[in-house]
Amino acid sequence: MAQKRRELLLDPLVDNNPITLQVLGICSALAVTSSLKVAFVMALAVTFVTAFSSLFISILRSQIPSSIRIIVQMVIIASLVILVDQVLKAYAFEISKTLSVFVGLIITNCIVMGRAEAFAMQNPPGAAFLDGIGNGMGYGLILMMVGVIRELFGAGSLFGITILETVNNGGWYVPNGMLLLPPSAFFVIGLLIWGFRTWKPAQVEEREFKIQTVEGH
Amino acid sequence: MSDTQTPQAPKGAIARFLAASPDSVGKTIFVAVAICLVASMIVSVAAVSLRPVQEANKLRDKQLNVLQVAGVYEPGMDVAEAFASFEPKVLELASGAFSDEFDATTFDDAAAANDPALSVALDNDPASIGRKAKYRTVYLLKDESGAVDKVILPIHGYGLWSTLYGFIAVEENGNDIFGLQFYQHGETPGLGAEVDNPRWKALWSGKKLRDGNGDLQISVAKAQGAAGPDHHIDALAGATLTSVGVDNLVKFWMGDQGYAPFLAKLKAGEI
Repeated sequence: MAQKRRELLLDPLVDNNPITLQVLGICSALAVTSSLKVAFVMALAVTFVTAFSSLFISILRSQIPSSIRIIVQMVIIASLVILVDQVLKAYAFEISKTLSVFVGLIITNCIVMGRAEAFAMQNPPGAAFLDGIGNGMGYGLILMMVGVIRELFGAGSLFGITILETVNNGGWYVPNGMLLLPPSAFFVIGLLIWGFRTWKPAQVEEREFKIQTVEGH
Repeated sequence: MSDTQTPQAPKGAIARFLAASPDSVGKTIFVAVAICLVASMIVSVAAVSLRPVQEANKLRDKQLNVLQVAGVYEPGMDVAEAFASFEPKVLELASGAFSDEFDATTFDDAAAANDPALSVALDNDPASIGRKAKYRTVYLLKDESGAVDKVILPIHGYGLWSTLYGFIAVEENGNDIFGLQFYQHGETPGLGAEVDNPRWKALWSGKKLRDGNGDLQISVAKAQGAAGPDHHIDALAGATLTSVGVDNLVKFWMGDQGYAPFLAKLKAGEI
């Protein structure tokens, strides 16, 4: 049992990562990773929502009518997201200003919905809760990795603390401004996926088709 | 689902209800209503109980920006206490006189700009703001003797992607700029968003709005105009359109459609 719990928590970090393996939640990963602080709060928020929505959906799973199950899941997820949004506005105002609409968009994050539908509907509450935390952390891990690269090379700082003094402030480092723009996250995530799949070849997807080879020429 | 039920009938109304198939029409409706009720209660409780803290945050944020543009903010200071030295006033833009019609501590600038009775649609609209409120909240910073030291004026206008909202601080002579600061915008990080760069903001300090003839000469441009260095702020490199937007909005708000009547009175010592 302890072994299984460990798996539920740690599997989504590398072996079954929601971003690099399942390629879910990319949209918000592009938007909130230009600074580490914001990425960190976003990761916490998603972990909270995934864990508790999985928990509640799992508790109710035998009572949820299958014809309206997606709607019931959405109501639970949306309520939790509004809760997070309200708390952030009250106690982390500066960060909630930067995150703005992306907290609300956790509702549409495929990871939350995916875990509810694929795991919480079939598993007991304890396991579903751990699975939610694990997947939230897997999402958070990638967010932080992308955030480190983007903030360090795009703005010369980490968590807002200057590491590389930029030219604009009288230093030597010429920041790569493209890293602060959303498209750069595509490249960084793409490289991460490449790296992960080189490290763990089992993650490489099978080809959907094979190029025909012609014999004798 | 019904064929998987246990052979002996469950006892009690609740137990029987829980054991019933979740796919029956009655239960579907019950679950839908129950979930919505519980969820809406949780959300409303959270929203209502956290509102005072959120309102306080918004107010503090606005006060903080006023303090920063007036150059009195130091990290760690008590914002509300420091803000007490500022006097909010509701200004009628057209006449340049303070209005007693509204309570300055509760006047809502954003609502006034959308209220047809309190705002006018603009024909000549260089700052691309559509409507302009007839009244704005301004802040007076007074020195020990009670004379006006600086005035903090709210300004806004369109840049490249977004409307920039900010404050400009003008000295008591109604002509010298003390500082400029935007507190809300969505310009490109690293390019247009450099309007937040302290080194660029510092360029504004000491610039003069009008020349000796009383003509508005302030400009944000790549090259210094004929008016000389006192009226020129170097445009942001790589952010031409944001710079043009800032140029437009400062000219608009400092001009006759904006605070010019008020600044003229300030210069004449009538405030």
